[in-house]
Amino acid sequence: MPAELIRILIGLVAVALSVGLIGLVMVWVERKVAGHVQRRPGPYEVGPYGLLQPLADALKLVGKQLFMPDNADPILFWLAPVLSFLPVLLLFLPLPLGDELFALDINLGLLLILAFSGLAVLSLLLGGWASNNKYGLLGAARAVAQSVAYEIPLLLSVLAVCFVAGSLNLATVVKEQGTWPWNWNIMTQPLAFLIYIVSALGETNRAPFDLPEAESELTAGFHTEYSGMGFGLFFLAEYANMVVVCSVATVLFLGGWHGPVLPGPVWFVLKVSLLMLLLVFFRWTYPRVRFDQLLNINWKWLMPLAVANLMLTAFFVKLAQYTVVK
Amino acid sequence: MNAIKEALKTVSDLWSLMVGLKVTGKYFLEPQRTVRYPWKAVANLDTYKGHLELVGGMKDPFKPRCISCGMCALACPSNCLTVVKKKAPKPTPEEEKALAEAKANGEKVRDKTPKDPEKFLYDYTLCSLCGTCMENCPAGALRFSKNVYMAGYSRNDFQFDLVLKLRESDARAPKAEPAAPAAEKSEA
Amino acid sequence: MTLYADTQQVAGDFYTNNFAKTAREGSLILNLGPQHPSTHGVLRVIVEMDGEYILRAEPVLGYLHRMHEKMAEVKTAAQFIPNMGRVDYGHALGWNWAFVGAVEKMAGIEVPERAEYVRVITSELNRIASHLLWWGAYLLDLGAFTPIMYAFDDREKILDILQMPTGSRLTYSYFRIGGVAQDLSEDCIKSIRDFIPWMRSRLPMYKDLVSDNIILRKRIEGIGVIEPAQCRAYGATGPVCRGSGIGYDVRRATPYSVFPKLDFEVPTSDLKDARGRYDVRMIEIEQSMRIIEQCLEQMPEGDVLVKGAPKPSWKVPKGEAYFAVEGARGKIGVYVVSDGGKNIYRTKLRAPGFCNLSLFAEVSQGTILADAVAILGSLDLIIPEIDR
Repeated sequence: MPAELIRILIGLVAVALSVGLIGLVMVWVERKVAGHVQRRPGPYEVGPYGLLQPLADALKLVGKQLFMPDNADPILFWLAPVLSFLPVLLLFLPLPLGDELFALDINLGLLLILAFSGLAVLSLLLGGWASNNKYGLLGAARAVAQSVAYEIPLLLSVLAVCFVAGSLNLATVVKEQGTWPWNWNIMTQPLAFLIYIVSALGETNRAPFDLPEAESELTAGFHTEYSGMGFGLFFLAEYANMVVVCSVATVLFLGGWHGPVLPGPVWFVLKVSLLMLLLVFFRWTYPRVRFDQLLNINWKWLMPLAVANLMLTAFFVKLAQYTVVK
Repeated sequence: MNAIKEALKTVSDLWSLMVGLKVTGKYFLEPQRTVRYPWKAVANLDTYKGHLELVGGMKDPFKPRCISCGMCALACPSNCLTVVKKKAPKPTPEEEKALAEAKANGEKVRDKTPKDPEKFLYDYTLCSLCGTCMENCPAGALRFSKNVYMAGYSRNDFQFDLVLKLRESDARAPKAEPAAPAAEKSEA
Repeated sequence: MTLYADTQQVAGDFYTNNFAKTAREGSLILNLGPQHPSTHGVLRVIVEMDGEYILRAEPVLGYLHRMHEKMAEVKTAAQFIPNMGRVDYGHALGWNWAFVGAVEKMAGIEVPERAEYVRVITSELNRIASHLLWWGAYLLDLGAFTPIMYAFDDREKILDILQMPTGSRLTYSYFRIGGVAQDLSEDCIKSIRDFIPWMRSRLPMYKDLVSDNIILRKRIEGIGVIEPAQCRAYGATGPVCRGSGIGYDVRRATPYSVFPKLDFEVPTSDLKDARGRYDVRMIEIEQSMRIIEQCLEQMPEGDVLVKGAPKPSWKVPKGEAYFAVEGARGKIGVYVVSDGGKNIYRTKLRAPGFCNLSLFAEVSQGTILADAVAILGSLDLIIPEIDR
């Protein structure tokens, strides 16, 4: 078998294992951080410091009865959570954890990630549609509108970084950055970083843009009718998506695996964890944004800014090219 | 011009988001306010109004001060008290003779039935903890216990006879509940 | 209206069907509640929606009707006081005061001055607790999960303070006809004196975390504009009418107790929207603390229960009286009529929430559904008091 295929297979196995682990860890981190921000302990009974709580939650979810509403479409209904979870495995492959430490060496690594994260939108729609529930459908429609809208500034801000680096290959982008923070891309593209973070919040349905999952005022969202492991898969997929966007942010803006003293993968994990912690803090600090304001932010603010940023970057890149050549 | 000013104002308002993060970040690092029951308990249970209990007399702390007047039952808004008076004891033949003599002489016979109640039935499931019974008792025989740890498995556990409870309780201690765990206001 | 094909049953109950009779073609009829994730109580609102916009809304009440006014007919005057603690658990002492004040007015009983001060102090502390609960629950509706925890932390202190004289934490039946049940102990007064500066130090944190937050401001500014004429038409009182510019406060309009001796401001706002009502309530917390400080200084020694306080066999003198207090939600009024017996012949409870809720039907027309929740929260409704 060719070496790349073996590499991809090993990567897939490692990703599959770690995604489960990430889900468990993130559940614990989220609940502990929520607790401490609210000056209460969070889980502390199950296991030391509540470390076994996510395991207990997972066992509970697995043990629940899987039932389907009456007139729901069975194929689509059960396809939706699976579809939300499967692409996630692919998304981790091009990410470089260290020097030459990635599963897939592909020239279009970034495009791969962006393309497959679009499949998550399909799963939202299927989930809401197949539930045969008008509230679920309303929630799914809103979720789709939100996800589709926020993909554009995401793409544009990321393109600006790729213009500077000259390639869509994630390994190359990381190599171009240096060891110290002032050599990272965040210094040259701060606006793109901000736009990227906001769009990432919108893409992954995290607060303050979490209308699809927490708008319990009226529509309980696309996952109303799911219980047990169906809900668990949606949940897991959300956390995994969060990790993916944070990893991409680290790779593109924060220097990937670069850093003094400690080995590459350690720095990578550290930076991703820091960004995840920031996202968790956002959830517990801010109230929710109203739906039309959400779309307003996207179309009126993020997209024009991202386009302006892109054009400015393109201008400077070309300028640098011509002056250097001369 | 106005549009630009508004746009700039919106951007400067975004600083409030950072301020909010600073507040939650600060509280993230501060000690918790939770009191981890049942290993620790709160410290302000002195003024807690638990279920009713009878107050024992000076001479016999296990005999209630109650004189079975029924004022509390009359005053209660929720009809949760029933006072069962003691029946007069059957007089012995000597006493009957003395009674008949006294009646023949026209003397007033003192009623020798003991005043304290036979049973003092209290339905805690109906009680609204208003204190009207306590305030209207002429003998000062009622007070609220500080029993915060009362729990039961069925409704019958909350309908009890206070006379029995007084007899069985350790009336010498001021608080009549099981040894409370070490009280701590909060822990770090 | 939806018809189930095989059973010929019409979906929806009496209220939805009635509502649907006058519905427009192609609109969607939805039920908000009666089980709510937000902590108002059991409120059901039937809305007719055109896409995202509300065309009509109709609240359906009665899910929590407990017949308090009927209970007043079969209980004596003193026995009814615990009921008044349960009508509105947010500001239970306000309702206590309204009833006890009405009976005292009818019977001509004069309350000792120390009792009046104790009443003011405890009632204002209860008002602060109620506003903190409102603030936390409102932000929970809007999607912020931490401010309610901070508010409840402060509220715990107030509940601990109020536990000392009353023994209860939420449903107080502390006032008696002719005074209050128990005096404030030294510990209690010391706790109150410690509490006030601590609460003052917390208010800037609330401002930083929430009031200035741009996301919150975009959610509540311009939402739910209530014109002063609408307030007058529906009889709205409390922060709802003060947030629309009408400076009506029962403590100033028909002064009772020792309020004429106290110096405090009645905050109003000209913004008329949810932001105005929000600001009014936050300022009221500060003003309540001012009132408590003045009371602690001015309070004389003496009894807290009048000497000839009614016993259980008291016959209420013939007559009728109406007494109103300023509650956290508005004007709480109690009207009693007595025919000379032990029980009061008729007790009428005027709940401020009822009039405030009636505004909702008009104000929510044309708004987005997400805004309707914000408007409901800004009216500060507690359904048990509306349904009584």
